[in-house]
Amino acid sequence: MNGFGGFAVRRAAGAVVTLLALSVIIYVVFYVTPGDVAQITCGPRCSPAQVQQVSAQLHLDDPLYARYWHFLQGIVAGQDYSTGTSVQHCSAPCLGLSYQSDQQVLTLILAKLPVTASLALGSMVLWLIIGVGTGVLSVWRRGRLTERLLTTVTLAGMSTPVFVIGLVLMIVVCGQLELLPFPQYVPFTDDPEQWAWNLLLPWLSLALVESATYARITRAAMLETLTEDHVRTFRAYGVGERAVIGRHALRGALAPLIAVNANNIGVLFGGAVLTETLFGLPGVGREMVEAVKVVDLPVVVGMVLVTGFFVVLANAVADVLYALADRRVVLT
Amino acid sequence: MSDTVKDTAGSLVEVDGLTVDFGGLRAVDGLGFRLERGAALALVGESGSGKSTVASALLGLHRGTGAEVGGTIEVAGLDVGRASEDALRRLRGGTAAMVFQDPLSSLDPYYAVGDQIAEVYRVHTRASRRAARARAVEVLDRVGIPDAVRRSRSRPHEFSGGMRQRALIAMALACEPELLIADEPTTALDVTVQAQILDLLHTLREETGMGLLLVTHDVGVAAESVDEVLVMRHGRQVEHGSVTEVLGAPREPYTRELLGAVPRVDAPRAGRAEPGAETGAGSDAGSGAGCDAGSASGSDGPGEPVLEAVGLHRVFGRGKKAFAAVDGVSITVRRGETLGVVGESGSGKTTLGRMLVGLLEPTAGEVRHDGHARVGVDPSVQMVFQDPVSSLNPRRSVGESIADPLRARGERDETRIRARVRELLERVGLEAAHHDRYPHEFSGGQRQRVGIARALAADPRVIVCDEPVSALDVTTQAQVVALLAELQRELGLALVFIAHDLAVVRQVSDRVAVMRRGRIVEQGPADQVYDHPQDPYTGQLLAAVPALDPAVAARRRSARREPATI
Repeated sequence: MNGFGGFAVRRAAGAVVTLLALSVIIYVVFYVTPGDVAQITCGPRCSPAQVQQVSAQLHLDDPLYARYWHFLQGIVAGQDYSTGTSVQHCSAPCLGLSYQSDQQVLTLILAKLPVTASLALGSMVLWLIIGVGTGVLSVWRRGRLTERLLTTVTLAGMSTPVFVIGLVLMIVVCGQLELLPFPQYVPFTDDPEQWAWNLLLPWLSLALVESATYARITRAAMLETLTEDHVRTFRAYGVGERAVIGRHALRGALAPLIAVNANNIGVLFGGAVLTETLFGLPGVGREMVEAVKVVDLPVVVGMVLVTGFFVVLANAVADVLYALADRRVVLT
Repeated sequence: MSDTVKDTAGSLVEVDGLTVDFGGLRAVDGLGFRLERGAALALVGESGSGKSTVASALLGLHRGTGAEVGGTIEVAGLDVGRASEDALRRLRGGTAAMVFQDPLSSLDPYYAVGDQIAEVYRVHTRASRRAARARAVEVLDRVGIPDAVRRSRSRPHEFSGGMRQRALIAMALACEPELLIADEPTTALDVTVQAQILDLLHTLREETGMGLLLVTHDVGVAAESVDEVLVMRHGRQVEHGSVTEVLGAPREPYTRELLGAVPRVDAPRAGRAEPGAETGAGSDAGSGAGCDAGSASGSDGPGEPVLEAVGLHRVFGRGKKAFAAVDGVSITVRRGETLGVVGESGSGKTTLGRMLVGLLEPTAGEVRHDGHARVGVDPSVQMVFQDPVSSLNPRRSVGESIADPLRARGERDETRIRARVRELLERVGLEAAHHDRYPHEFSGGQRQRVGIARALAADPRVIVCDEPVSALDVTTQAQVVALLAELQRELGLALVFIAHDLAVVRQVSDRVAVMRRGRIVEQGPADQVYDHPQDPYTGQLLAAVPALDPAVAARRRSARREPATI
């Protein structure tokens, strides 16, 4: 348990450093990016005086380090924002206010997160089933027509953009066959059944694209394991092909699957822009695109930090799973 | 066909006119032998002789691999070539079980050892999970795994090499087979552990009446374990007979050659060249290395120390996990002599070798060159590594690899480098034309020659050889050892010869140091250490070396068994 505690502490410290570095980079990038943020925020019809006022209000005239320091203070201690008439308090892990809407960034992100999380986790389940299943099948039928067919299909899957698959699915399933209504996000807490039905197509299109990668990883790792000595041992002891593949070869594919899946899911939590846009899902990805368009620095920084947080978290979870899957691995 | 089945009803294994082809390459060519129930036969041969291929063929393991198998094989009355898949599966592990060579890679790293044995047991018996687990614990206990209930839940990497080999034997025993096929069962093990495993196989055979087919390159291991020997070469039988006949009075020249190449632990080192010969070889030395012109003349009698280790310590890990791999070692290597370092795995001999070369910094103590403390690597001390496969970069030609030390020393003239590399290749018995070939095009012995050429490139005065011949066949081993001796004579090199094989070390060394748990328990002139060991551990090691004489082997086994029964 001591070893695990040490691992957790080291990982947490690493995460803080990573996230700080990320925020600094975003601040610098946005600082050197051309464009008058105050003008954009205020709108095209603002007078120079109004622009000036907005600029002062958003501390845009302060030097970079002062603004960054202000941002860090907000995270640690919270911040009070005056919006002209009233004072808004943004409590402790405060990522600031959106330039555009004066809403707290954290609230904004947390409102979008369930959508993205629903999309990411649901499609993860599907792509693992489809991908690993396809991989196992192509190993089981290796050297035969089925394998060649599957290899071709997965290659096609890998090279097809998600919006093509999504569009085709939508046109066929919703438009032609009318099996499902056009997707419209329903929160899980409102109606779990409708939530699932509406997300089915987004899940499927994302999963189909991703599963190609997983099928390839599974197949490659299993084929490699099959050449190893311990597989020969079990064959020489009369263990059938089904057990050799299902028990011994698949187990060897677990580690690479965990590693790739962790990265994938972490990044997806930062938003699946194409899928969200195509299916009109109000998720983190779409919000991010909007924020970048209007140079809404606090929102962008907040989004990047949240994405970074999930990537770090997913990788830490992956390391734990990795160590559970392969007992030779020691967590450090 | 059917009448031959009748005829062999009593035999456990009947092989007749066996041929195995791998896409045009004939690995086994017209082999025939018979093994009675409860008897033991060894297939002895060097790598590439086809002996392991025969072992696999007995279990029908070539089926579906593209190999063509001809002739007939019958195991316990089953015609392996014609048997159905189901019958084959029942044979494998049920009637005949195989123990593989490398016990680490032969077990699945992801599952507990007990579960793996239980899985095999369930394939053959349809026992419940619980019953299978109980059987696994039972056989683990039977092969001498202490605390078998707990250890059955360990994964292979948590076992030592010897315990893993025991676990594999336990797996073989699980279904009480009639035939045990052991493919190099002790090759990866230390000599004391090897003796334990061979004793275990012997006891099991006595108790269960299993037949044993032992596949080995080690004549000593065969002498210890079987009644009959079949010597193989290029897929054919060279000689077949009782162990006393074949090993005691070999008829075939190849068998004699094979036996002659086996290093004897009980024979003193073969005569070395007189010191005068070294100066006589001066012209040759000039072609080998320009810098050694003066060194040969100074090597009459015991030379001055060229490399010394003084109180070397090396600790790995920190805090509670700290482990002293080398714990206070002092040795001296003199000009022109060979210091042998023997010890079992984990004794710290490789760590010591790395510190001598400067690849590893000592935690305490110092390495001295010519009496001066030295930190880091130095071209005058070079290393030859154990595994000639992994110690050469497979993506670079051997010429480039050999040139590395020259370039590291600052040589930039390509024509000079090329000339020197060609010269080195010829010096180690290869051809200058091999310059642009890649490691995979060479045999094991040739690769080790490349490794030696690379070590020579920097004109060293000392070469540290870490298990330089342990991956090679006996005849190749003898050739590489001879090459090292020749180079030493001609170039006045000092050698540190690190190995676990006591016989090889005796063959090459002037002086020997015996290591155990990071310390040197005994060091002195080779003959003195081997003939009159002072430390009990040295005696124990020597007693564990397989004897070539089956009678001696049997005597030693009973001697080993005495204390074990107490």
